[in-house]
Amino acid sequence: MTFDWKWDFVWEIAPRLAAATLNTLLAAGSGYAIALVLGLALALGQRTRWPALTFILRETLEFIRSTPLVLQIFFIFYVGPQVGITLSPWVAGMMAIGLHYSAYLAEVYRAGIVAVPKGQWEACRALNMTTRDTYARIVLPQAVPQAIPGMGNYLVGIFKDTPMLSVIGVTELMQTANAIGSETYRFLEPYTLVGVIFLALSLPTAGLVRLLERVLRRKLGM
Amino acid sequence: MELSAYPLELPPDDRPMVRFMNVTKSYGSLVVLDDLNLDIQRGEMVSVIGPSGSGKTTVLRMLMTLESINGGVIYIDGKPLTHMERKGVLVPADEAHLRRMRASIGMCFQHFNLFPHMTALQNCMEGPVQVLGLSKAEARDRSEELLKMVGMIDKKDQHPSRLSGGQQQRVAIARALAMRPRIMLFDEVTSALDPEVIGEVTEVIRRLVAEHDLTMLMVTHQMGFARDISDRICLFYKGKIEEQAAPEQFFTNPQRERTQQFLRAVKDAD
Amino acid sequence: MWDFLQTYGGRLAEGTLVTAAQFALATAVALVAALAAGLGRLSAHWPVRAAATTYVEIFRGTSLLVQLYWIFYVLPLFGISLPKLTAGFLSVGLNVGAYGAEIVRGSILSVQRGQWEAAYALSMSPWKRMRRIILPQALVLMLPPWGNLLIELLKGTALVALIGVADLMFVAKQINGSTFLSAEAFGTALVIYYLLARVLITPAMRRLERSMARRLGRA
Repeated sequence: MTFDWKWDFVWEIAPRLAAATLNTLLAAGSGYAIALVLGLALALGQRTRWPALTFILRETLEFIRSTPLVLQIFFIFYVGPQVGITLSPWVAGMMAIGLHYSAYLAEVYRAGIVAVPKGQWEACRALNMTTRDTYARIVLPQAVPQAIPGMGNYLVGIFKDTPMLSVIGVTELMQTANAIGSETYRFLEPYTLVGVIFLALSLPTAGLVRLLERVLRRKLGM
Repeated sequence: MELSAYPLELPPDDRPMVRFMNVTKSYGSLVVLDDLNLDIQRGEMVSVIGPSGSGKTTVLRMLMTLESINGGVIYIDGKPLTHMERKGVLVPADEAHLRRMRASIGMCFQHFNLFPHMTALQNCMEGPVQVLGLSKAEARDRSEELLKMVGMIDKKDQHPSRLSGGQQQRVAIARALAMRPRIMLFDEVTSALDPEVIGEVTEVIRRLVAEHDLTMLMVTHQMGFARDISDRICLFYKGKIEEQAAPEQFFTNPQRERTQQFLRAVKDAD
Repeated sequence: MWDFLQTYGGRLAEGTLVTAAQFALATAVALVAALAAGLGRLSAHWPVRAAATTYVEIFRGTSLLVQLYWIFYVLPLFGISLPKLTAGFLSVGLNVGAYGAEIVRGSILSVQRGQWEAAYALSMSPWKRMRRIILPQALVLMLPPWGNLLIELLKGTALVALIGVADLMFVAKQINGSTFLSAEAFGTALVIYYLLARVLITPAMRRLERSMARRLGRA
């Protein structure tokens, strides 16, 4: 094989890569959605008045953050069925990504919450607000703009981690490129295109995140 | 005194609005309030003064349940604040009891603590709608009336970041009053203000005292103001009340040595 | 579980050694790349800046796995055929180096302005100024974020198993493939990675931070 770029080939495989891109975006989006919600729950879970729960959560989350995502994907995919939970590759992948990134997002939320001035909590108590209202109406609305840059970075991160799902057979971009490569014995175009697609999607997203942070700050009058 | 030795309720003929009974508060080995006994009658305006570290702010914060109590009992209108009855004796209160008791008490802070993502009006409406269950319309009427009273009605749709310190503090007072508390606490509400706007805030408090029947407790460094509007001045020193008296008596004829020292030091600072 | 460890412990240990080697080599690559690109992005000459920025944006904007496959499967088409071990730590190193470049750049910029001016007033050459005054102080600022980055690097090395390098993850996969003791195999691997990260890397970085801070008279 020599270096020779065939444009015909590119147009030939383009539709397949486009479909795979959509699949990748869907995978990233779903995983992110799970992580956003689960991450908030885990962050709030570390602020209850039961120190045991806080300790368990903190240690578990640190474990998840310190170990490779690809290994966690394998673990969930293979162990799941063995304890009676049948999982398709897609679902196993979603759960693994969602769980892994919720551990990171929990940290981001935590930092945002801690950044809200103590006086805000005291004003809520002086007004006799419930804990739920205090979080939902006063603390989190101030914590989230602080957390947006971190949250945005992890969105880009999840997107770039979707190729790991290829190892359990999810048809995202990497898997499709591999498949094309082994079918046609041409790796140059597929792999390069995959790289280009990632760049084309992640760079603007990072820019959008910065924009979103500015807009949110202005809208919340802060 | 053992917790079980405290009355479950104060008798109807001896029921001040606020009573601190043998109250102690310490942070580790540091004792901030030392066996404090203090009564505040209905409708009274009491100013609490003293050097920093004397425990005066802690008194307010404990009333607002921002600090826990280590010993003794606080009674609000005869009922214990942070304790409740269980099987005939007093035990530490649960959250439900605390919330019921807290409803009578409002507080204004040195650094205002307005909600930055809400307008002045929304700040005032928040408590009545979310906590008291008022309709938005009722809450708006009440809030606008109060903002009018503190002179901030034309800024009702502004966010705190666009208001001066004095303006923010006035909104904060309106916000606290919107909850119709029976007891109002003012924690050094002018200490963070530029001198030229202190007057706007003291004016509002002055009118509150004159026109309303609220029980008020104020920690302040503004001696002249305290003298003008208070029913009683209380000097704290190292967690205990050093001296308390009506303003005229307190400022013209202080009895205790430390009071005289304090008043001299304050006068020199003017 | 105990039987599992007795039977397969040896293979897992071998895999761990390979992982450790990949980690060490990738770290070396990452440090060199980060330093070069970090300084490069601060260069006064725009071609250098452009080259450094291109490297950083490409390696940060694309996936490590994609880079790994590209280096191992596509580079040979350009005549550069790397053995899988090399392709492995090179990819991970270059990928992490791109993130590291930002840390280096940020830390250098964080060193207080006064230090720059003092060195300038002493008529130090730019190179000497960087080497003796700025970099040592930047180094201390860099250490905490580098600590986190090195854990990411460790996690990244797991991917080299996918091009056939017999590291810890590869061994775990193998064991799973032949025994289907998935929980034991993958679980043990997870614990080993965790121990490497939290019992080796994190404390080592903390000790490094403390000794550097002491040398700067700050501890």
